[in-house]
Amino acid sequence: MTDLSIRANRVAALKAAAKERILILDGSWGVMFQKKKLGEADYRAERFANFDGQMKGNNDILCLTRPDLVAELHDAYFAAGADISETNTFSGTTIAQADYRLGEQDVWDINLEGARIGRQVADRWNAENPERPKFIAGSIGPLNVMLSMSSDVNDPGARKVTFDQVYEAYRQQVDALYQGGVDLFLIETITDTLNCKAAIKAILDWRDEGHEELPIWISGTITDRSGRTLSGQTAEAFWNSIKHAKPFAVGFNCALGADLMRPHIAEMARIADTLVAAYPNAGLPNAMGEYDEEPHETGHALHEWAKDGLVNILGGCCGTTPDHIRHVADEVRGVQPRAIPERPKAMRLAGLEPFELA
Amino acid sequence: MRPVFVNIGERTNVTGSAKFKKLIVEGNFSEALSVARQQVEAGAQVIDVNMDEGLLDSEQAMVTFLNLMAAEPDIARVPVMIDSSKWEVIEAGLKCVQGKAIVNSISLKEGEEKFLQQARLCQRYGAAVVVMAFDEVGQADTEARKVEICQRAYNTLVDKVGFAPEDIIFDPNIFAVATGIEEHDNYAVDFIEATRRIKQLLPFARVSGGVSNVSFSFRGNEPVRRAIHSVFLYHAINAGMDMGIVNAGDLPVYDDIDATLREAVEDVILNRPQRDPVQTNTERLVDMAPRYKGEKGQQQVANLAWREGTVNERLTHALVHGITEFIDADTEEARLAAERPLHVIEGPLMDGMNVVGDLFGAGKMFLPQVVKSARVMKQAVAWLMPFMEAEKEGQERKAAGKVLMATVKGDVHDIGKNIVGVVLQCNNYEVVDLGVMVPADRILDEAKKHEVDMIGLSGLITPSLDEMVFVAAEMERQGFTIPLLIGGATTSRTHTAVKIEPAYSRGPTTYVVDASRAVGVVSSLLSPTEKDRVTADTRAEYVKVREQYARGQTVKARTAIGEARKRKYAIDWKGYTPPKPLFTGARTFEPSLAELEPFIDWSPFFASWELIGRYPQILEDDVVGEAATDLYRDARVMLDKVIAEQWFGAKGVIGFWPAQAVEDDVVLYADETRNVEIARLHTLRQQIDKGPGEGKANLALSDFVAPVGGPADYVGGFAVTAGHGEDEIVKRFKDAGDDYSAIMASALADRLAEAFAEWLHHKARVELWGYAPEEGFDAERLIAEKYQGIRPAPGYPAQPDHTEKGTLFRLLDAEAATGMALTESFAMSPGAAVSGLYFSHPQSHYFGVGKIDFDQVEDYARRKGWDLATTERWLSPILNYDPLARARGEAA
Repeated sequence: MTDLSIRANRVAALKAAAKERILILDGSWGVMFQKKKLGEADYRAERFANFDGQMKGNNDILCLTRPDLVAELHDAYFAAGADISETNTFSGTTIAQADYRLGEQDVWDINLEGARIGRQVADRWNAENPERPKFIAGSIGPLNVMLSMSSDVNDPGARKVTFDQVYEAYRQQVDALYQGGVDLFLIETITDTLNCKAAIKAILDWRDEGHEELPIWISGTITDRSGRTLSGQTAEAFWNSIKHAKPFAVGFNCALGADLMRPHIAEMARIADTLVAAYPNAGLPNAMGEYDEEPHETGHALHEWAKDGLVNILGGCCGTTPDHIRHVADEVRGVQPRAIPERPKAMRLAGLEPFELA
Repeated sequence: MRPVFVNIGERTNVTGSAKFKKLIVEGNFSEALSVARQQVEAGAQVIDVNMDEGLLDSEQAMVTFLNLMAAEPDIARVPVMIDSSKWEVIEAGLKCVQGKAIVNSISLKEGEEKFLQQARLCQRYGAAVVVMAFDEVGQADTEARKVEICQRAYNTLVDKVGFAPEDIIFDPNIFAVATGIEEHDNYAVDFIEATRRIKQLLPFARVSGGVSNVSFSFRGNEPVRRAIHSVFLYHAINAGMDMGIVNAGDLPVYDDIDATLREAVEDVILNRPQRDPVQTNTERLVDMAPRYKGEKGQQQVANLAWREGTVNERLTHALVHGITEFIDADTEEARLAAERPLHVIEGPLMDGMNVVGDLFGAGKMFLPQVVKSARVMKQAVAWLMPFMEAEKEGQERKAAGKVLMATVKGDVHDIGKNIVGVVLQCNNYEVVDLGVMVPADRILDEAKKHEVDMIGLSGLITPSLDEMVFVAAEMERQGFTIPLLIGGATTSRTHTAVKIEPAYSRGPTTYVVDASRAVGVVSSLLSPTEKDRVTADTRAEYVKVREQYARGQTVKARTAIGEARKRKYAIDWKGYTPPKPLFTGARTFEPSLAELEPFIDWSPFFASWELIGRYPQILEDDVVGEAATDLYRDARVMLDKVIAEQWFGAKGVIGFWPAQAVEDDVVLYADETRNVEIARLHTLRQQIDKGPGEGKANLALSDFVAPVGGPADYVGGFAVTAGHGEDEIVKRFKDAGDDYSAIMASALADRLAEAFAEWLHHKARVELWGYAPEEGFDAERLIAEKYQGIRPAPGYPAQPDHTEKGTLFRLLDAEAATGMALTESFAMSPGAAVSGLYFSHPQSHYFGVGKIDFDQVEDYARRKGWDLATTERWLSPILNYDPLARARGEAA
């Protein structure tokens, strides 16, 4: 039996599992925390009791102040059938946390503890059932500042941050997540491909310093019916721009529900010579801002994708719950994962649109 | 699409364009961007950016220009080539591009170590790379040296770096010919032959080059230089050159070059044996060149056809495409024509912004473009500003109003809010922007401090909705009366009306759907004449929205499904023998378009162009007659071409099956024994309460088919398309900028598909089903549907369930027979298509099912083998109740 306490074995097990079946990622964290109706005190705990400024709404801080809730959620998603659960570190960069005026050490701790909590829960599951290993993905979310879009509408050339600053912020997050024990990195909800490229470079450079090679999963966001990322790229342009990361998986999440996301995932399934992953929202929010797609509806829609050979990894984003994930897991059980296509070699470049010289 | 040769725009290169250099040195970046745009419009597929100029901080200039370019979607759509001889400049550039760029260039010039290091960085930033044929010894000039260095570089990159070979481009150095130095005479040949060998030897690698070098000796004589470039490229491309830095759109076609000049150029490029007994090839060309100097320059590079429109059209075009180049002149022209400068803003400029708003709303423009439009607007307003100030005779300019904007507490998204801010500022409003995560008390304190006229709240994530309600309630509590605007991705009119507006009774609350609508809302709320009316209208509208929302929960009385079935449309089947078709099963038909043409119903054609009226009377109509006549003439001209040149392919399939009704279903059988069921058509029944009285039936399509136990009956079905090839035709027109013809072609394809359906139905009646052999042919009569039998389509009022098309397509094997397919939502592809069922009974007629109740939905779900949610989703437009409320009730 493989010793799953060794990270390299877990990575190998992850790759092996992806060959055999469609892997299941967890669902939304935000909506689950929202349901807990947490107060400012929950977010602050002792550590930030006298902190100046609002902390409520900063879900990542719960890794430090309510680790019990974070562990409970990992547990709930694993119990629902998820193979992979994400660390609660979506906004765990010094740049994103500057909104809450958190310092470098606090941000480091969020990532380290976030990863440790996930690790402990997954280890417990793996000890009980090593046949069906659970994995922890280090969540590397987007920033509230973009490298490709102006920060000042009167000056289209203005940027609030530099590539090097974004790179540095991601690099710290990557290091902390690794030390906390994640099995893979998930760069997600990418609104600006250049930010993502900084994260990719951060991981690859870090790896060059002798760290072990962990799989990279890259998940962009098509923001609306225009079929483009917020920074304006089409799906194929996005893939061409990040392919150099040789990602373990690529795909989309957030912003759209399954019906509107499908064409973009289908496109990715056609062009990407790696695993394709998707975790849509539970539909679009209704007029009241709630997601009311039912778990069985999500399950049904994603089953269709699976059946049509579009995906290798499925999960849920905003508005999805363990119940949604359970339905997805149940629906796609036994469905063959997408076969990775071989594409003819060609120079493929990208601006906002793809360019191929075949 | 496979481009044969990739044009790389060279005009954004300070070493290649004096004009561009001047613009950059002067810091005129907005004009410099126009240069980039012109190149893309002229067909450049990649843009080369080079800032290597002694007077410049090249690194800073590169960063500034690339960041500015990123904000121009019509430039940024193509990949960038980051061009510099300094690695620092290249790396700074790589940090500014989100796409996959090309680095131009790296080489072995400073040894292998540096080459490897730079190649690894290119790989890490995700860029393709141009490798110059340059090594420690020097730049390669002969064919052999070029090939040797490229081979070494290739092996180093692929073996030691793991560089993807398809991402390697070689530049084997294009040097000037015709310099008068004999050693240079073979330079073009060396490049061309090296190219040929590199392409053979080094799999997947590409060859590029800076073409203008080759004609360096003819500086100042552009016509001859262009001829040289054209001839050189002709031969280099044939040898395998893939891309080049050239002024796209500026080259003469090889065959169009004056024959004498072309021969002389070719002699020089290909280093042919001397043609003249005295002069060398070079001398001959040098002698000849001045004669061609006066030749008129090539046509304008950018497509400037839009400059021919009226000034209003030009302003709209500039706004929609974000072009600032002519905006001052156009604005001035509009100002001179207007009574007051302000009228230019309120008239043509706002009209243009409304177009932008509509395109944005329709998903045809995306965020960066809207921002860009706003910038054009801003420039136009800036032009008008001095005139408006002069008009006020030295009075201090007063802003039209002051608007406070904030993204509410707990939310950090502010892109949309910023766009609204720019748009408002463009329109002379002062904006106080508090940024993101702003708590209610601060919003209200600042509002008082700045004495703002209005507060705008923005939010993207769902919890922000509650926060907005809280802000509204606080405004109420603190006695505010100024207008409150609500915007952002998760906000909605319904939420604003149901939750926010009731919390704030003292002032008006308005939902703003997107940035482009902001000015209209703000200006009307601040206008002394309009304010009260608009406020009252909005209030009344929101009352309605709330009522609708509340009504959504209640259920209206309908006839129970059991009761409705008792009131079915009762045909007396006794003594009636249904007609028998010629065959059962399916057959395909491919009529020529000429056969279909007489069956065209033109009235809907005019409707598709928003001209309402019946054909042919519409041609004589007092109001639209002239427009209709022009349109009809154009349509006939195109239709003749469509038919003669067979633009569209028409394919159809028809089928008939033995059938009997079973309650609200129709069972189709394999053969006349009627033992084996092959399919079941499900129909829906009207549940409208028709009141007492004879002859008022609750209809379902199954009523038109004889029931089991009655006489042997049949049902037919068909699927036809006239849309094969339509997409290509439409695209061709669109690419040519001819939207009129593109829409026309689509409209004609639709008409031909409908005509096909009529043609086939006619054929069914007189021949294939044959129950009306004497019917004859009269197009008007057909169109008026004065014939026996109907052909209702799934998804239309008589059977609103689109999924029934799935059954029909399966029965007809329509996909194989006609090349038509159904999408996930059961739309037909190609779009110019019609399908439906045939019913033959003389009393069969069209009707609408109307709203149906839960009892029928439950029953239908059982018949279809669906769960309730699926059923409710497909039938959602005709449900007589709120399925969510129903589900909640069930759960409770």
